[in-house]
Amino acid sequence: MANLTSLKDLATQTRRDIIRMVHGAKSGHPGGSLGCADYFIALYHEIMEHNPQHFSMDGIGEDVFFLSNGHISPVWYSTLARAGYFDVAELATFRKLNSRLQGHPATEEGLPGIRMSSGSLGQGMSVAIGAALAKKLNGDDKLVYSLHGDGEIQEGQIWEAAMSAAHHKVDNYIATIDYNNRQIDGDVSDVMSLGNLKAKWEAFGWITLEMNGNDMEDVIATLQKAKSMTGQGKPSMILMTTEMGQGVDFMMGTHAWHGVPPSDEQKELALSQLAETIGDY
Amino acid sequence: MKKYTIQNEKDTRSGFGAGLAELGKEKENVVALCADLTGSLKMNEFQDNHPERFFQVGVAEANMMGIAAGLTIGGKIPFTGTFANFSTGRVYDQIRQSIAYSEKNVKICASHAGLTLGEDGATHQILEDIGLMKMLPNMVVINPCDYNQTKAATKAIANHVGPVYLRFGRPKVPNFTPEDQNFEIGKAVMLNEGNDVTIITTGHLVWKAIEAGQILAEQGIDAEIINIHTIKPLDTEAIVNSVRKTRCVVTAEEHQISGGLGESVAQCLAQENPAPMEFVGVKDVFGESGKPEELMEKYGLSTTHIVEAAKKAYNRK
Repeated sequence: MANLTSLKDLATQTRRDIIRMVHGAKSGHPGGSLGCADYFIALYHEIMEHNPQHFSMDGIGEDVFFLSNGHISPVWYSTLARAGYFDVAELATFRKLNSRLQGHPATEEGLPGIRMSSGSLGQGMSVAIGAALAKKLNGDDKLVYSLHGDGEIQEGQIWEAAMSAAHHKVDNYIATIDYNNRQIDGDVSDVMSLGNLKAKWEAFGWITLEMNGNDMEDVIATLQKAKSMTGQGKPSMILMTTEMGQGVDFMMGTHAWHGVPPSDEQKELALSQLAETIGDY
Repeated sequence: MKKYTIQNEKDTRSGFGAGLAELGKEKENVVALCADLTGSLKMNEFQDNHPERFFQVGVAEANMMGIAAGLTIGGKIPFTGTFANFSTGRVYDQIRQSIAYSEKNVKICASHAGLTLGEDGATHQILEDIGLMKMLPNMVVINPCDYNQTKAATKAIANHVGPVYLRFGRPKVPNFTPEDQNFEIGKAVMLNEGNDVTIITTGHLVWKAIEAGQILAEQGIDAEIINIHTIKPLDTEAIVNSVRKTRCVVTAEEHQISGGLGESVAQCLAQENPAPMEFVGVKDVFGESGKPEELMEKYGLSTTHIVEAAKKAYNRK
């Protein structure tokens, strides 16, 4: 395993990137991005077998990842850049005209690391299942990962996909839900409660694990456990508890920072809580 | 008027099924998905021959479109199969984001398009699908006219890299195009050269346009008839060249006038060569239950309607 401290440093740097990108664009989604930084860093720097230097759309012979809740693009872009998919300097173009870093992830501009456009919610699980089925047809033993918002799974297509993944025994696939209980209009439990999520996914025929998405050791251990349970005829779901806005005290404990950029002063205050580690872009 | 011989009467969906079966044997990377309509889409032969490459997704069309998009990542060429209504309107956002915007090599194959679906009625008789699909950037839209052409189109789209909407239908219709035809995406087919009026048509209306041409010839009007199997990209050169010669035009299609082939032709001619134009198509109403031919008559899509429209355009010159 990579040094735990270095992974935590990467996650902190990514949190700085998120604040600076959203501030720079005066637009974007910091809350969920901050909450998922540990997951992304663990996935791209510890868990996945992938090839940042030679990105291929087909992803044959490597693990592939899909971000279904595309609005948390800042955390993904930062992670991809820090993993070597493209120059970190390009993070400064986020959400600006002629950028490859679109507001929501897109393939049209050819940004390495992105295999599917996302943003309109509920579509990424179906796509991930398709990619996993292609891997099986190709005799490719690598895995498919995806991330979803908890509010996102209010979309019906998610449950169509859930049913089909179990039916087709898509056991080379590990999905994760960012279970922060926040969505645009308030707490998920108030807007449209999800009930007993663990029981739901188990009832749909999935291996279901839980983890603290803001505890790097737990994230790595749980993702590794999920990997060890692939190939057994069932898809895997990780219910990942996170804190929206993690790492910036005034962005935590509220849904208010779902899609709001910080002011100049708020940016400075946020960055003062996130020490620069491996260097700003 | 050139003579065309009906080889037999066959449904265009069977042309799709036959084309898909051949693709299954010829191309290892062709896969197929169906949303609980395998028999209706004539996908059984592919399913029987290649069960490992056939994915039944149940009554879940949105999921089907997403899985198809995902299968392209890994180099597959997915063909999705369901009714035209559930292939377009029901899953528009999935097609828009996961297929068209993401530039995925998915072939959306749609049967039971239009009024000729018949007795099931307006819930299933989509007449807006061409418009929906042609508005999407990156999307190719194809509506072949008979069994042989649908089979040829099915095979041709596997060689086109990018999303395609292939529209076909339920009833048995005259099969008259050559069995060994070379299907060229985006290339109009000249069915009859004439000087007095251009009839531009697609899908099930192509044979009716030929019948109309024969009637017009008997009445002394020399019609040029063009089969536009590819609505997007549109063969504007063939259209403009013809209308420059005839100086009037009729379009005929089993679709709403709004959003259909006629609208695309009108846009082209407005810019390149304005001319008197008439539209044979559905006039902003929903269909209803009935036999296909009864519906085509009631909603203004019969041979007689094409004849009358052609004369009207001709008299407006």
